[in-house]
Amino acid sequence: MTGSSKLSILAAALMLSTFGSTSLARAAPNEQFFPLATYRVGAYASSGIPVWAGMIDYLRYINEVEGGVNGVKFVWQECESEWTAEKGIECYERFKKGLDGAPVAIYHPNGAPAAYALSDKAAADRIPLITLGYGRTEATDGSVFPHNFPVMLTFYSEASVFINYVAQQEGGFDKLKGKKIATVYHDSAYGRETQGPLDLLAKKYGFENIQIPVADPGNEQSAQWRQVRQAKPDWVFLRTWGVSTPVAIKTAARFGFPANRIVGDIWASSNEDVLPAGDAGKGYLALTPYPGGAEFEIHKRIKQHILDKGKSDLKDPKSFGSVYYNSGLINAAIAVEAIRAGQKKFGNRPLTGDEGRWGLENLNVDDARLKQIGFHGLMQPLKLSCNDHEGGGAAKVQQWDGAKWNLVTDWVHADRKTLRPLIDAKSAAYAKEKGITPRDCSKES
Amino acid sequence: MNQLVHRLPKPFDNAPLEIVPHRVPWGLSGLAVFAFFAVPWLGSDYWLNAILIPFLVLSLAGLGLNLLTGYAGQTSVGAAGFMAVGAFATYGLLLRVPGLPLPVALIGGGLIAAAVGWVFGIPSARIKGFYLMVTTLAAQFFLEWVFTKFPWFYNNASSGTISAPRLELLGVDLSSPVGRYLLTLVTVALLTWVAVNLVRSQIGRNWMAIRDMDTAAAVIGIRVERDKRRAFAVSSFYLGIAGALWAFAYLGTASAGSFDINRSFQILFIIIIGGMGSIAGNFIGAAFISLLPIVLSYAGQALLGGSVDAGQIQNLQKMIFGTLIIWFLVKEPDGLVRLIASLREKLAVWPLRF
Amino acid sequence: MIFFLETLIGGLLAGTMYSLVAIGFVLIFKASGVFNFAQGAMLLFSALTFVSLQEHGIPFLQSLLLTVVVIVIGAVAIERAVLRPLMNRSQITLFMATLGLSFILEGLAQGLMGAEVRALDLGIEDTPLMLGEVMVSQFDLVAASTAAVLVTVLALLFNKTHIGISLRAVADDTRAALSIGINLNRIWQIVWAVAGCAGLVAGLLWGARQGVQFSLSLVVLKALPVLIIGGFTSIGGAIVGGLIVGAAENLAEVYVGPSIGGGITPWFAYFLALVFLHVRPAGLFGERAIERV
Repeated sequence: MTGSSKLSILAAALMLSTFGSTSLARAAPNEQFFPLATYRVGAYASSGIPVWAGMIDYLRYINEVEGGVNGVKFVWQECESEWTAEKGIECYERFKKGLDGAPVAIYHPNGAPAAYALSDKAAADRIPLITLGYGRTEATDGSVFPHNFPVMLTFYSEASVFINYVAQQEGGFDKLKGKKIATVYHDSAYGRETQGPLDLLAKKYGFENIQIPVADPGNEQSAQWRQVRQAKPDWVFLRTWGVSTPVAIKTAARFGFPANRIVGDIWASSNEDVLPAGDAGKGYLALTPYPGGAEFEIHKRIKQHILDKGKSDLKDPKSFGSVYYNSGLINAAIAVEAIRAGQKKFGNRPLTGDEGRWGLENLNVDDARLKQIGFHGLMQPLKLSCNDHEGGGAAKVQQWDGAKWNLVTDWVHADRKTLRPLIDAKSAAYAKEKGITPRDCSKES
Repeated sequence: MNQLVHRLPKPFDNAPLEIVPHRVPWGLSGLAVFAFFAVPWLGSDYWLNAILIPFLVLSLAGLGLNLLTGYAGQTSVGAAGFMAVGAFATYGLLLRVPGLPLPVALIGGGLIAAAVGWVFGIPSARIKGFYLMVTTLAAQFFLEWVFTKFPWFYNNASSGTISAPRLELLGVDLSSPVGRYLLTLVTVALLTWVAVNLVRSQIGRNWMAIRDMDTAAAVIGIRVERDKRRAFAVSSFYLGIAGALWAFAYLGTASAGSFDINRSFQILFIIIIGGMGSIAGNFIGAAFISLLPIVLSYAGQALLGGSVDAGQIQNLQKMIFGTLIIWFLVKEPDGLVRLIASLREKLAVWPLRF
Repeated sequence: MIFFLETLIGGLLAGTMYSLVAIGFVLIFKASGVFNFAQGAMLLFSALTFVSLQEHGIPFLQSLLLTVVVIVIGAVAIERAVLRPLMNRSQITLFMATLGLSFILEGLAQGLMGAEVRALDLGIEDTPLMLGEVMVSQFDLVAASTAAVLVTVLALLFNKTHIGISLRAVADDTRAALSIGINLNRIWQIVWAVAGCAGLVAGLLWGARQGVQFSLSLVVLKALPVLIIGGFTSIGGAIVGGLIVGAAENLAEVYVGPSIGGGITPWFAYFLALVFLHVRPAGLFGERAIERV
């Protein structure tokens, strides 16, 4: 305990009492606030840090190279959420009114607990939430969840993509009959989310659906993989998260299960997941809506204008083009494109939450647009509507070669039609529990 | 016989009618008036949602744990598990018993938590100290598992979360920040009043005897095992209600993960920093624990924002937090409440120590 | 039958990994009565230090030595700044202080050496080994023998050296040890350093398995039931406890788990510990406290 830290606390206490927003970054009226609820400490920091770098680098690129979105520049501020609900709420409450007059158009909760906790609050404050690759699957139904956007790939679509990939490899859906497909999952809401769709698909295609839970945090998994070994499945769908992924890959190797028969899911698909597994990870497959790689057009632009000029937020340049860095790029790009879409209707000025939501619901990023913004190949075409808050529903499968990810497929699309009834049933149940009257999507423009 | 009575000193004539002299607690009443009437007017959404509501709920949770650990001397690190029971039970009651008023559901949730607490208190008959503490960890992990494993508890929601049912009391909607704040405040104030009286009653004094030395307490005729179990039950009742408020008045949605081991440690911190065996200590401790990270975060933004890497600021904050905890433990083992009391004593004679 | 045997052996071997973590606890609790929750953070800190040194191109042995030096410095600092001012305080206060200490260590470790995940290769083959028809993990065998070596070294230290004997004296009766002129502070420093080294060994083995990252500090939660079963004050107990927990956990997950939904490992060990405690309230090898009124 030193005198200086005591002083700083005193100073902070004074600031809290005088209050207002105590930021040093002065925002001009013509700026759009981009709140960043980050997690840089704690158990998940290693996956978070590259994401924030991707987001910040892209925003910086938009500001400095493209002069903002139609002249509206971004201003951002961070708040540590520690991947928890209560800190996430604190950050949200701190940010929701904007920053010195710069409004919030779109909010990224960044973390499942915060996403769930903010769902109701954001609806009350009319601020849209983007949850790429997490959050409520049933929020795909925008008529019940106007402010939640689980864009690109929900867990249901992910399960379907996995089965479709396996069918591709086996040579057709008819070959799935009698196959054994095991899911080794993190025993949490996230892990159990695919049980419903896999059940449905197992009935449809006639494969055997084996579910094996791994308890959090999952740093000892010999019991689970012994069960896998005994069941002798043809494929394993690995739906772990954090430390449980490298441990799973290593333990699989210990029990002699081949890595190229394991397909990791969106949260088991990053460099951070396979690096600690060392050689055991060679051949490991993973599906992801934001594949790794630094050869995409946007990487060239960012490298030239941001990275090489030393303006990048990345501490470790090796992470440039890593899966999580690219996820940050895509997360930021969706928000930027949604704001652009909103500006077409509301004029070239900073947007409010309501206008940001309109922009998201009318977002249409097609292949031509993807080429313009340099995301072709990295990001799938995305078209959202009131009825469909997911939009994409595709992922690429990548394979780890011991040093980097190599793409082994193009976009594998989910069979969203088959799964939609499950989603509608869930969202209807939610609407009933909460007493929400779904809006009529045919009347939305 | 008569003579004998006369030789005794007159016992009752000049004894005070009240053992504790009754004074009107002006300061406390002022605080209550301020909290009930001024804060809802003055407080912004940020203050209510992000600071005051969690502070009040954590104080209540601290109070619950303090009854068990500070008064009855049974260390527990499973506090969050019992909070989860309260939250999920209240949710279940509101969901499955239509038309149940909110206060009844809260009390029901508390009672169910109390029953669970009573069961997990059974080992305290034989197990003591750190061994007991680790068995409360069993409760923590087991309860967490139960509330993720069995979808019945969260109405089969795919997200595994329970979300606040409509918060209504006598037709008044309480879901606004002010409404949730007042709900929390009233609950906390009532339960604190009950706790103050409880610890001065027979059972509270039994608990303190057990805390100070349970073997000795047994020797003087206190039914140690029964009273320990009761301490677990009462403490869990408080924690259960705190859990329900945490889930519905504060977070809005909760899952088993909202009540993990870190929450248990947080509550333990509150009572140790605030003061074990003190009612006011819970509030001071909760204020310290919930405000310090926010203050540090603002300080970090303001003093170092931009110039230093954001991750380093977070790590620095963590270290300062740890250092402060150790520093307080070294400086004042009886908690902040004692620190404030001795400060007051010093101020009373300041500047002339005479 | 073979599957049962395999599960049992695998479980026993996995259990030694828990024992490795538990030994650090026992050492500190025996000598200073501190229930050291920061053991997990110490594991993380020492493993991170080692990996960072290796990343700077320092060879294995030198890195190891340097890490040990860091641990010794850390132990002295902890004794000075935390233990000495808190001498004679209640056990719960000391426990809380170690929680604070774990915050400092975690912040320091990640601040100095970064939060990213590091791979750690100890050069141990992690391929399955067939003994007859039973499959055994080579890595687990190495871990088990490491635990055996560690226990032997500790036993020699405690029984044969001057320091070890005074250490046992402190553990037996602190006041008597003080009165015959044993330097308590020095003993504590040594014990914390030794526990730190035990933590380093555990951290390296666990780190090789799951990558050196923040989650290493969560391994402590696995070690607590081991302590309960074995008793807080017995190193042999930590080994036996680890074996019991490892075997029971694996058997339960495989045979009981499926019928109640699986994923029972986090609490099963604790329940087992509860059952043991009902029979022996101070663990299998713990010392029974005698109370005087």
